[in-house]
Amino acid sequence: MLEVTDLDTFYGRAQILDGVTLRMDGGEVVALLGRNGAGKSTTMKSVMGLVRPARGRVRFLDRDITGRPSHAVCQMGLGYVPEDRRVFTELTVMENLEVGRQAPRDGVPEWTPERLFALFPNLAEMRNRPGGRMSGGEQQMLTIARTLMGNPRLILLDEPSEGLAPVIVEQMAQTIAALKTEGLTVLLSEQNLHFARMVADRAYIIEKGRMRFDGTMAELEANPDIRDAYLAV
Amino acid sequence: MGFYVAQFLTGLASAASLFLVASGLSIIFGVTRIVNFAHGSFFMLGAYLAYTIVQVLPHGILGFWGSVVAAALIVGVIGAAIEVLLLRRIYHAPELFQLVATFGVVLVIQDVTLWIWGAEDLVGPRAPGLDGAVRILGEPIPEYDLALIVIGPAVLAGIWLLFNRTRWGTLVRAATQDREMVGALGVNQSWLFTSVFFVGSALAGLGGAIQIPREAVSLLMDLNVIADAFVVTVIGGMGSVAGAFLAAVLIGELNAFGILVFPQITIVLAFLVMAVVLIVRPWGLLGRPEAPQRGAAGPLEAPLRAATGPAMAFAATVLALLAVLPWIADEFTLVLVGDILVFALFAASLHFIMGTGGMVSFGHAAYFGLGAYGAALVVKHLGAGMELGLLMAPVAAGIGALVFGWFCVRLSGVYLAMLTLAAAQIVWSIAFQWQDVTGGDDGLLGIWPAAWAGSKTVYYYLVLVLSAGGIYTLRRIVHAPFGYTLRAGRDSSLRVDAIGIDLRGHQWMAFTIAGVFAGLAGGLYVFSKGSIFPDTLAIPHSVDALIMVLLGGVQTLAGPVVGAVSFTLLEDWITRFDYWRIIFGAIILAICILAPEGIAGFALRLLPGRLTGRVEESAR
Ligand SMILES: Nc1ncnc2c1ncn2[C@@H]1O[C@H](COP(=O)(O)OP(=O)(O)O)[C@@H](O)[C@H]1O
Ligand SMILES: [Mg+2]
Repeated sequence: MLEVTDLDTFYGRAQILDGVTLRMDGGEVVALLGRNGAGKSTTMKSVMGLVRPARGRVRFLDRDITGRPSHAVCQMGLGYVPEDRRVFTELTVMENLEVGRQAPRDGVPEWTPERLFALFPNLAEMRNRPGGRMSGGEQQMLTIARTLMGNPRLILLDEPSEGLAPVIVEQMAQTIAALKTEGLTVLLSEQNLHFARMVADRAYIIEKGRMRFDGTMAELEANPDIRDAYLAV
Repeated sequence: MGFYVAQFLTGLASAASLFLVASGLSIIFGVTRIVNFAHGSFFMLGAYLAYTIVQVLPHGILGFWGSVVAAALIVGVIGAAIEVLLLRRIYHAPELFQLVATFGVVLVIQDVTLWIWGAEDLVGPRAPGLDGAVRILGEPIPEYDLALIVIGPAVLAGIWLLFNRTRWGTLVRAATQDREMVGALGVNQSWLFTSVFFVGSALAGLGGAIQIPREAVSLLMDLNVIADAFVVTVIGGMGSVAGAFLAAVLIGELNAFGILVFPQITIVLAFLVMAVVLIVRPWGLLGRPEAPQRGAAGPLEAPLRAATGPAMAFAATVLALLAVLPWIADEFTLVLVGDILVFALFAASLHFIMGTGGMVSFGHAAYFGLGAYGAALVVKHLGAGMELGLLMAPVAAGIGALVFGWFCVRLSGVYLAMLTLAAAQIVWSIAFQWQDVTGGDDGLLGIWPAAWAGSKTVYYYLVLVLSAGGIYTLRRIVHAPFGYTLRAGRDSSLRVDAIGIDLRGHQWMAFTIAGVFAGLAGGLYVFSKGSIFPDTLAIPHSVDALIMVLLGGVQTLAGPVVGAVSFTLLEDWITRFDYWRIIFGAIILAICILAPEGIAGFALRLLPGRLTGRVEESAR
């Protein structure tokens, strides 16, 4: 479904990604692991067309999307949930959802605000609250819901558990599991194993812009050396 | 009592048009972060178009209002076209380029309008069905004024519905906060921006169109309204439509009542209100602090380089050539080169606060003009000689800069730019309207050098010594600790404050220094021309200085000099044509799009190392 080959991305003169390669099949939940500053967000932004890779290819649904503008990428069914939430603080919950809304997509169950409120019951109680007056956890739920309004086939979730209380993290894991049963493909980035363990089938590990590991979660668990070398404990 | 009510209603009526213009400006700024100078031109076009369309459509109520709406829509389309063809290419450029580029559009539209409609003022028809007056408390109130009083809030309500009850409005509000995220959610920002431009421009067009029964349509409308619109937008808060409404009413009333107390210079009142509002609420009445917008970035600046051997040799050669010029050149060339020197000093002083201090001034002509008028006034009214005049020039400009600077350094970015512009507009209106002292539009004549400096050659040397000395002094200040502090403050004001340096004090000082040297240039200018007119203080002259800095490149210290040379030569050549503004506007646009680093920067890119001693070169 998603095929990233040999991606090199620069910020100015600094090379951030160095030959990043990853692939995902439909229906998978894959974790992209790495320490702070490893290049996880940059990978996602490069896929999404928010930064332009200098070299390499991104293919989505067997089409080359390298360097396409992000709105076009999104319209193909690739959803993006940024790491620092970025809810529209002036807009209400309903309006935030409206911004993400796109036409229904073949073969994807259509998301409506009501269906999303069933998935995120907290949000249902604050339909008309401005995004700026919500807690961090609520904002995180809202950004995910907002992206789902675009009826994506695949979503890029950038550090969804960052800064959340343990209970909320637990909830988040359940949500992702529920999305998986809906047939959604998920690439999520994380700094540590804890959250990935709960939801992911496979994992990649990135360090200083290079892929260091590619395998199933079970293989990763069996390899404590790799874990200790590249992940925060 | 009745009289005051009538005055109040007049104020409300004039607020309507002001609100329409300002709200359009505000909406466009909110989403695109572009301060659109050409917005006043859209207002003017709306008036001209309505004037023409109303003659084509059948007479009557429907014809009149039909032409108002049609004019607004056409202006909307023109605005959208300009966005697509031009502004789309410069969204990522620094603010200065955007402003100067939109000023290029102002020039182009001026000449196109002149070409289509001619230079004469045009008087539009009265509104059918609303051409009488009703008596309120015994005072006659024009019916059309009452209509305008209704139109203002009606449009405000319409805009509110558009923004809060439509998907488009939701997307626009979202994009105002984080346009990159809106794109990542599948919304094509390009079209969103274009549609915002359409709406904003149409509002300006509407504002112009509804004015035709009230004021003559003229080529001065564009810059007149833009200064007012800036004031209103800044008072209301950039990006806030309700704020624009509130501020428009405030300014409308201020003008209506101010005219009773302070008949000629109501803009001074407006400025005072603006200054007070900005000090109490730096983001305007209903505005919000300017968060750095996502997805917009300016280029980083390379560190300053000390002049290298070859560069110094080059400068020395140029100076030597200038020194022997009177032996080899005719008088005409001597005067032209003298002008260039004066403008080089003027541009260098602007570059000093912009490049080094990071404060973009849109009213630098105020200090040039204060210098010129300061010198001319002591000569005219006190019978002083040239020497005292030349001393007065930097002093007068310095005092002006000290006063306005105190307000200006409290702001940053676009707010600062607009405040400087408003300050200049005040100085201009005083010079323009205080007939008895400044001669008004007729200016002051017969300001000639002292007898010993009367020959063109001697005066040329005087200009050469003072201009070159001024530029050299500015350069020294840039490389002194004071200059380093300024540049550090420009790049990271928080950090400079954190190490206990009074950055604001430094900036105030820098603003004043820039004013002093601009004033010196103004003084030299007035004695070389023998006369001074309010034009010297007007917006276009401020923009001239910006263009010089831009032509030369903001990032190079040699830039303002190169810019002044190319600008003066270009202007000298171009103004021989009838429609020089359109040529000039096109050149500005071309530079903004093709060579955003300016001529000097462009040259640096082409000849790496040679004169500049680039870092790579010395590292090899
Ligand atoms: N906009 C930017 N400009 C310059 N460098 C950046 C920018 N964003 C991230 N970086 C740098 O790129 C590297 C990778 O960042 P990122 O992809 O955000 O890592 P992660 O998401 O894994 O924490 C870091 O060293 C970071 O400092
Ligand atoms: Mg990250």
